[in-house]
Amino acid sequence: MESRKTIRKWFWVWEFEKEEDWLNEMAMNGWVLENVGWCTYHFVRCEPGEYSVRLEMHPYDESYKAFMEETGAEYAGRMMMWVYFRKKTANGPFDLFSDIDSRISHLDKIGKLLAIIGGANLLIGIMNTFSPSRLGWINLLVATLLMYALGRIHGKKEALEKERLLHE
Amino acid sequence: MAESFALTEATYYILLSLVKPRHGYGIMQLTEELSGGRVRLAAGTLYGALNALSTKRWIIQLPMVDESRRKEYRLTEKGLQVLQNEVARLRELADNGEKILREE
Repeated sequence: MESRKTIRKWFWVWEFEKEEDWLNEMAMNGWVLENVGWCTYHFVRCEPGEYSVRLEMHPYDESYKAFMEETGAEYAGRMMMWVYFRKKTANGPFDLFSDIDSRISHLDKIGKLLAIIGGANLLIGIMNTFSPSRLGWINLLVATLLMYALGRIHGKKEALEKERLLHE
Repeated sequence: MAESFALTEATYYILLSLVKPRHGYGIMQLTEELSGGRVRLAAGTLYGALNALSTKRWIIQLPMVDESRRKEYRLTEKGLQVLQNEVARLRELADNGEKILREE
């Protein structure tokens, strides 16, 4: 029986929870994340349910990695701004966020990044529309998509903020 | 310090844990123990909170003593003050709750 496999799969940025669910489903089926690449997930065999997997947008930060390892989690890889961790279920439950505030600030971080890249594309798109290259539409398309993503992230954030009015 | 505000549960237990020097994992363990397993601090939440509390100077990071790379933190004078205010505030909440419910 093979002990490693690679799956190519695409998730939109607002689907990060769905991505995490999928990775945990894989772990339940005996495949735990070993590394990540561009739309690529590398898995290695494990006991079904041996690991739980979490992901988060977090800029490169060596001390965060050390901190996570201190709490019994293992670093599984990084793709762009996203970092992936796994932890043996025998070592206790594994979550990255335990209150609404930190979930909101996570969504904030994602939103800010989308706004910056989206804004840059909008600007370049407008400039290119008036240049002979005629490729401005690509940037405008990217900008539209990123603004849509920003809207989805913002929606998640608003739902959490409503909840926080009543409790932590 | 006349500021009056409610701390989050996470902040409260972090400050309480840091009356004595502790590292991140120690804070998680003590919080879980003190709350009888009710409050579990997740690593990402704790990491963010430790950074925010350091910026506010309610806690400080202690110089690293061993080579384990584990950072230890401790409450500052300011942090202790905030914690004492919060305990007084919580006592008021609990006292009022008990008083009114007893009258019912």
